[in-house]
Amino acid sequence: MAAGRAVATLTRLLRVGGGTVLPGRVARWLCPQALEVLSSSLEPVVLVSGTNGKTTTARLVARALEIAGLRTVHNRAGANLHAGLLASLVVASDLRGRPRAQAGVFEVDEATLPSVLPILRPRVLVLTNLFRDQLDRYAEVERVAEAWRHALKRLPPSAAVCYPADDPQVAEVAQQAPVGVPFGIEDASAGRDTLEEAADVRYCYRCGVPYRYTVAFLSHAGHYACPVCGWARPRPSVRAEEVQLRGAAGSGVRLAWDGESVTVQTSLPGLYNVYNVLAAAAACHALGLPARALREAVESTRPAFGRGERLAWDGVAVQILLVKNPAGFNEALRLVVLERPRSLLVAINDRTADGKDPSWLWDVDFEGLCDLEAHVTASGLRAEELALRLKYAGWPEEALTVERDLARALRIARQRTPPGGVLFCLPTYTALLELRQILSRWGVAPPFWED
Amino acid sequence: MELVLVHLFPDLLNLYGDRGNLIALRERARRRGIRVTVRQVRLEEPLPRDGDLFLVGGGEDRQQTLVAQALRGSTGQLRSAAQSGAVVFAVCGGYQLLGHAYRTAEGQELSGVGLLDVVTEHPGHNTRRLVGDVVATCTVPGVGELVGFENHGGRTRLGPGARPLATVRVGFGNNGEDGTEGAWCGTVFGTYLHGPVLPKNPRFADYLLRLALRRRYGDVHLQSLDDRAEEAAHAAAAARARVPR
Ligand SMILES: [Zn+2]
Repeated sequence: MAAGRAVATLTRLLRVGGGTVLPGRVARWLCPQALEVLSSSLEPVVLVSGTNGKTTTARLVARALEIAGLRTVHNRAGANLHAGLLASLVVASDLRGRPRAQAGVFEVDEATLPSVLPILRPRVLVLTNLFRDQLDRYAEVERVAEAWRHALKRLPPSAAVCYPADDPQVAEVAQQAPVGVPFGIEDASAGRDTLEEAADVRYCYRCGVPYRYTVAFLSHAGHYACPVCGWARPRPSVRAEEVQLRGAAGSGVRLAWDGESVTVQTSLPGLYNVYNVLAAAAACHALGLPARALREAVESTRPAFGRGERLAWDGVAVQILLVKNPAGFNEALRLVVLERPRSLLVAINDRTADGKDPSWLWDVDFEGLCDLEAHVTASGLRAEELALRLKYAGWPEEALTVERDLARALRIARQRTPPGGVLFCLPTYTALLELRQILSRWGVAPPFWED
Repeated sequence: MELVLVHLFPDLLNLYGDRGNLIALRERARRRGIRVTVRQVRLEEPLPRDGDLFLVGGGEDRQQTLVAQALRGSTGQLRSAAQSGAVVFAVCGGYQLLGHAYRTAEGQELSGVGLLDVVTEHPGHNTRRLVGDVVATCTVPGVGELVGFENHGGRTRLGPGARPLATVRVGFGNNGEDGTEGAWCGTVFGTYLHGPVLPKNPRFADYLLRLALRRRYGDVHLQSLDDRAEEAAHAAAAARARVPR
């Protein structure tokens, strides 16, 4: 209890700041138990981890809990390391260090997850997927999977783990979970029959032989089986039985679990958001929330800035899609090809949050863009690397402008957009933040966003 | 002229854009009117006998074990290809396996192909990985400056039978101590540089192409290409490497 009082004092001190990361960093330094104490009265706690889709999935689950009538604390700003988690708890606590919420939904960085699990003791853990991402910062995918495998074994017997049946590596890891809630896409018409180049985990964990796929949805996610040991995609208990993709406008999904079935319309674009909706549905199912709460949460969630939100700019629309790894980039390009815009801005930075090594660009299937009649403006700190990648993908030189400065690049790309057309912007993470600043300075976007 | 490029285990060793090296070689040959065939070799498949250039990429540790097994099976074929003048070019994990041995972080000893006189040891997961931009001066005549990005736990040391591929100006190189980067011997090359290395270092790519063509056609002259985009990407990478970040 001494720790509790210390935290209460701390909370008073730290609430003044109100920032998202710094207070947490200070608190963590002052009191290692702070995270545990501040979260101990929350019930339920839901954690969301994985390479892609954490932010959207966590938003959907938090909203569903709110709709079901639970006050929910949620690390909205995407600060998903220890310090960021603590900061969100501190800000959501009263002056005695007691949270002013009942439920907690936290997105957690995939490498941080194993160290957070024993502290936050979630009732529901949602694993979205594992892709190659920023390998200069994180251990290889394989090592993250290994760390998850050990962490899941130590979960209390009541904890439910929602996991993608379609991702062979995560599904295999999730077999260590006390209670598993597999989710997956059943509708094969949403997929393809071959894997794309960026797909990375395709070998059976036990036998080391390639999985056979009957359908591939997104990178290595699909319907697979090992031809040697017979390990195959688990039958999902939460299923997308019908998927209707409407490009940048979103999708319709018919979801089913147990005897229930509900059709939801989402304005979040692309198949990767269908997976986010599915992951949130699995979490709701595990939490025992009514299907109505899920549907309302999904249908009231608009794309966030940089995740497909559309802005109006003097007679053209600007659609911004964050790109951070080959799998996500390929999905974004798939949307672009559907919309056939005349102008495209791609901004690649190489700061820590982007991944310092831009070589992942060479694993993106830019070759698929080449029949697009569009102009590409290449920008960011590694604009030249991107231009070179496009050159080797066969992109015509005369349809490419290299402009490292993002504000100037944005003007060029805007000029290349016909009236009534859509300008697609594909920035890496820190380029997205810059883009947000520029657009709000120009009055195109509001100065604050709800992430 | 014709050229056969062989990509070894592309579905295992495709970390860090290694495909970019293949694309660079293929396109730079095609732009000179050379007919290029690319053969992908998967696990358990024999190596094609007509290969002019063999490309081995980098992989994750677990894949490294699989590939070490597979490579041992084709050691004889790879060695005779190299002896006949075919080029072998390996990056990161592939480079480590071209040496005599690789000791993993868990202490497991993997024997390599032995085409390069190097040994690699991973000192364990608690030691620092060697990660970051690299700028290095290449020892291959006419190549000049190499730029790339390294990310490896293993420390590689060269024996007397291998020459360093480059001396490091920015970055760690083979082991972070002796200032060497990569290794080569005759037509066999290994490097820690991805980025990928060949698109941004076109003179090195062309050197490998000429060497691969020599086996069938003797010394050939490669016409020069418009490399402004390549040089710009090279310069941008070199400039970023000199900014502390
Ligand atoms: Zn198997």
